[in-house]
Amino acid sequence: MAYAAGVDVGSTQTKAVIIDEAGQIVGRALIDTGANVISAAENAFAQALASDSLDEREVEYVIGTGYGRYRVTFGNAQVTEISCHGRGAVHMFPETRTVLDMGGQDTKAIRVNSTGEIVDFCMNDKCAAGTGRFLGAASAALDIPLDRLGEVALRAERAVKISTTCTVFAESEVLSWLGKGKKIEDILLGVHQSIAARSIGLLRRVGIDPEVTFTGGVAKNIGMIEALNKAMNLKVNVSADSHFMGALGAALFALDHIRASRAPARGFA
Amino acid sequence: MPETHDIVGRANREGSALFQQWFTELGQTAETGGQAAYVFVMGSMAELLRVFDLPIVMPEINSLQTAVRRVAHEYLNQAEDYGYSPDICGYVKADVAVQLSNGKHPMGKIPRPALAVLTNACNTYIKWAEIWERMYHIPIFTMDIPGTRSCGAQTWPGNADFENDCRYVLAQIKELISVCERLTRKKFDIDRFREALQNANSMSRSWRRVLELNKSTPSVFNALTDGTIYLGVSNGFRGTVEGTKYFANLIEEMEFKAEHGIGTLTDEKYRLVFVGVPCYPLFRRFNELFSEWGGTFVNSTYLWFAAGGVNQEYEYDLNRPLESFAEGVLIYVRNAMDAMFYQSEALAQMIDPFHVDGVVYHPIKSCRTVSTGLADNRRALMASRDIASLFIESDMMDRRVVSEAQLKNRADAFFEGLASRRLATAR
Repeated sequence: MAYAAGVDVGSTQTKAVIIDEAGQIVGRALIDTGANVISAAENAFAQALASDSLDEREVEYVIGTGYGRYRVTFGNAQVTEISCHGRGAVHMFPETRTVLDMGGQDTKAIRVNSTGEIVDFCMNDKCAAGTGRFLGAASAALDIPLDRLGEVALRAERAVKISTTCTVFAESEVLSWLGKGKKIEDILLGVHQSIAARSIGLLRRVGIDPEVTFTGGVAKNIGMIEALNKAMNLKVNVSADSHFMGALGAALFALDHIRASRAPARGFA
Repeated sequence: MPETHDIVGRANREGSALFQQWFTELGQTAETGGQAAYVFVMGSMAELLRVFDLPIVMPEINSLQTAVRRVAHEYLNQAEDYGYSPDICGYVKADVAVQLSNGKHPMGKIPRPALAVLTNACNTYIKWAEIWERMYHIPIFTMDIPGTRSCGAQTWPGNADFENDCRYVLAQIKELISVCERLTRKKFDIDRFREALQNANSMSRSWRRVLELNKSTPSVFNALTDGTIYLGVSNGFRGTVEGTKYFANLIEEMEFKAEHGIGTLTDEKYRLVFVGVPCYPLFRRFNELFSEWGGTFVNSTYLWFAAGGVNQEYEYDLNRPLESFAEGVLIYVRNAMDAMFYQSEALAQMIDPFHVDGVVYHPIKSCRTVSTGLADNRRALMASRDIASLFIESDMMDRRVVSEAQLKNRADAFFEGLASRRLATAR
């Protein structure tokens, strides 16, 4: 049995996925990227191997992705996370035609075809408005753990309108609403709606073609899923492995390489 | 028959020498306190101003030169310290700093303006010239050129609306002549004007031929890098014998390269079109983001509008120089504006003859004039043609808002998509 791996070195977290020849995930790991990007890639890969008691030599091909893809020093090739999220999303949900990937400092709208190839894409430019970092700012201001923000937002009765699009100013706006006596859950719902609206703006630039699959770390947030569903009047696909979609896509590209290298040569012998 | 090593790269060498010559002459004008005319690339009126021996200063080119030479931040900071906002046109701010520094520029000293001539092709031109008016109390002359009134509905000679527009432009040209006569104390010489028009005709004809030659595979010049050099000569030497000769040589070089299959890349894989203004702060590196993947730019809207629209087929009639000049100014400047605002149809038409694989849209932060509407134009192009496109934003001057990592990520993903498309087509 041969294995393929993908290592997604993102701005905040590094993910590694190992798949078997059938494309099934057999190992995964997620760690904080920290300051040493090379170590983060190595550690994530090592943890993914350990999660299924695999030996490094059993992995035939490794592809690095994410902003730190060129720092995956043990990798064989690099593919952008844009291509990888598209590929991973279509693997998980074959009818996917639009992907929304929301990460720590990037939000990407990606239109794909039936094989997961990119037709068009669009990303936030210059600033982290409308990304996971925006939620991080709200989490800090309200002193609520990041992974609980969504469920708190869902208890809201009436969303507060968050007007700023700047992640840095979001924190002060949240505090000012607290000062005016607004409920935490109402403020948080406003934060989620604000991010959803900005993301949908990006999606419109590539065209919202169902099915829509939501990937990246923020896809674990139930409040964001609901905000997107409501704003687009549809139900986005979300995988339990949404966080690993980029790494999965990279692993699938690695598997392509393994298969191609084994394909019999064409022509006369 | 010229030798390969003599002719290939000659236009870049000669262009560089002409550029030096231009700025050396400007430096001499500055030192002697001579008169100079400040003009812009879209509607420079250079053919007319040369008759009065007014050296041409192009502040847009001065400014972009500070970015290419990696000193733009010094100029931008100086203008911002003086009070200009970080959000306004970087070209304006770099020029303001040049003025505040008494003409100090990396290419040499820039003379003060005795006159500024501008068109309405860019809305910033008007406020920009007002700065010089306040600084130096000089005359500024605005040519109001009627633009295209609706997309794809232009009028041409013989049409009543066109003739009306032409009379309007002609009246302004006559007024400009009077201003120049008063300023220089020289009488307008119609024969010298004819010579300038003849040279400009030759140069425009050559420009169109050069653009046409890049239909060759492999492409004979890179529209983003080499093209910018040709553009500089086209603007700085419009209406001159030197400019005419340069372009004749350029055609010879490009025809030689086409005939011998000499391309800009050793392995040209993707042919691209660039839409917008280049990223001058990372000029070479920006191009490498594409050339590393085997991508080369075969054409650009920049080579249309920043050449003043002379890619549009029109030649001055030397038998009626003033009337014909008015027609030309109208047609060229209108075309330059269309290249910025209504480019999707022209782009759609060039995909097949230029064998284009993808279109790169490059909106820039500090010029909303040329950037606004690019997203819609891109959508219109993609609706009309099945063509890959990339939308990446940076700036033409300000390094502070250019993120190389972000640019590279998008460019890489674009080429991954192009590779997939090619694979799918081959299946």
